Amino acid sequence: MARTEVRMSGSGGQGVIMGTIILAEAAYEDGKQVAQCQSYGPEARGGSSKAETIISDNRIHYTKVKYPDLLLSLTQLSFDKYLPDVKDSTIIVVDSSIEVSEETKKAHKVYILPILDAAAEVIKNKMSANIISCGVVNEILHIADWDAIEHAVLNHVPKGTEESNLNALHYGAKMAREYSEN
Amino acid sequence: MAGKRFQVLQGNEAVVEGGIAAGMRFYSGYPITPSTEIAERSALRLPQVGGKFIQMEDEIGGIAAALGASMAGLKAMTATSGPGFSLKQENIGYAAIAEIPIVIVDVQREGPSTGLPTSPSQGDLMQSKWGTHGDHPVIVISPSSVQECYNETVRAFNMAERFRVPVIFLMDEIVGHLREGCELIPPEELTISNRRVDREFNGTLAYAVQEGNYVPEYAPFGSGDHFNVTGLFHNLDGFPTNDSEVTDSQERRLLDKITKRRDRIEKWEEVDTDDCEVMIICFGGTARAVEGAMDASHQYDSVKIGMFRPITVWPFPEAALHKILKHNKHLRQIIVAEHNDGQMILEVQRLVEGTVPVTHLGKIDGTTITPDEILEKIKEVY
Repeated sequence: MARTEVRMSGSGGQGVIMGTIILAEAAYEDGKQVAQCQSYGPEARGGSSKAETIISDNRIHYTKVKYPDLLLSLTQLSFDKYLPDVKDSTIIVVDSSIEVSEETKKAHKVYILPILDAAAEVIKNKMSANIISCGVVNEILHIADWDAIEHAVLNHVPKGTEESNLNALHYGAKMAREYSEN
Repeated sequence: MAGKRFQVLQGNEAVVEGGIAAGMRFYSGYPITPSTEIAERSALRLPQVGGKFIQMEDEIGGIAAALGASMAGLKAMTATSGPGFSLKQENIGYAAIAEIPIVIVDVQREGPSTGLPTSPSQGDLMQSKWGTHGDHPVIVISPSSVQECYNETVRAFNMAERFRVPVIFLMDEIVGHLREGCELIPPEELTISNRRVDREFNGTLAYAVQEGNYVPEYAPFGSGDHFNVTGLFHNLDGFPTNDSEVTDSQERRLLDKITKRRDRIEKWEEVDTDDCEVMIICFGGTARAVEGAMDASHQYDSVKIGMFRPITVWPFPEAALHKILKHNKHLRQIIVAEHNDGQMILEVQRLVEGTVPVTHLGKIDGTTITPDEILEKIKEVY
């Protein structure tokens, strides 16, 4: 695939860093080149946190993201902070608690999905919002084969939560698919 | 954790894996951002391979314990960032004069003192060479990718062992915190150097050097030989002396270890340097932005950009740069890009001697140099 840049953002503790690591590991296992970066320090504590993964079939030279191909936000604060750094073709994925202006909806392909609610109510694990997000992103961008991404998820989730996290992954994919169809 | 040959790792983590592959079995230090993952992974991995990890009371204790371990025969490493690197300087000099192999990682961060803990910088370049007082030998290696963190840490240990010198692994936050794919090449497929031991030759003279060599054979401390280890100039048995002849020959030999073996120590990367019009000189993580700028410039048919990147930053690959200057008849401009206010540029200007204009692109605000900024600079000066 051509160089594809994903930025995930949310508040500290929502696991967006882990989400981008899982995407990177999955794409690497699938034979692609990857680079993953995250914000550290005061920026990462409370407030808004962001992490990025770049995927490409070719060697990745510059490792930072300027305007992502996909911006995913789980909180209003992080969405407002990173929305200025998008290009026309940026796909936007937000949790349904986030308000998105009509102007943004017109300018971009926007997915508004109940990611946080699904984690709490369907998966019954608030900590799975990042895994649901991975499912959403992979459904939209086809970063890695589903086997590779399942494997990457299992590498990182605590014992005893394997099944619910795999459900979270596929639930995310389903939400994205159904949203596209409607 | 070691397991798979191909893994997505952070630069900091790859340093530990490279170290273990090279034979590192001792790590002591005091954690500090942005180097902390090196201590964390060492704590996890060393016990798995029969090694030791110890967190010391401070950075000075960190390097001191590693020096002790190395004298006793283990390959040892410590890691830190600028504030800790300043504290370790005294013992870097001690390693130089007592000829103790050690790898010291400095993952640089912005500013003097505690500065900006999580932001990239390359402001310790000159400190890595001159930070400890007195004329002393030192080798400094700076990686620009996660794979290079792995491979070059192996080389850092090899150099430390072969030349019995402190080797400084000069990283920046860009590479230290970057996650990329990395091939964990197993030790049996790597060249691994070990310090030479020849007890028959040395006898009781721990610092005796064989004819034609510059490095004494290593006497394992605590294995029965009586010798002294000191920061003072010393005789062949390690005991202090004020003799000017001994001092001169010892100091010269310490420096010759590096200067007479430059060809085995220097390492660099060249991209399109034979016919570029603008050559960018950079090191460490900055190279990734330079490569990004070169990618972007290929899209337009504009000025031809080349890159010269020292991987061994000290000693600086002088001969390689001179060769480019001599053979590239198209070269009109050199830009030195680095995350500091002008350090490598001093060395470049010294070597270029005014034959080609040299400009600086520096950044000291804690953000990274971008490909756009490099292209802007090229437009401005060319």
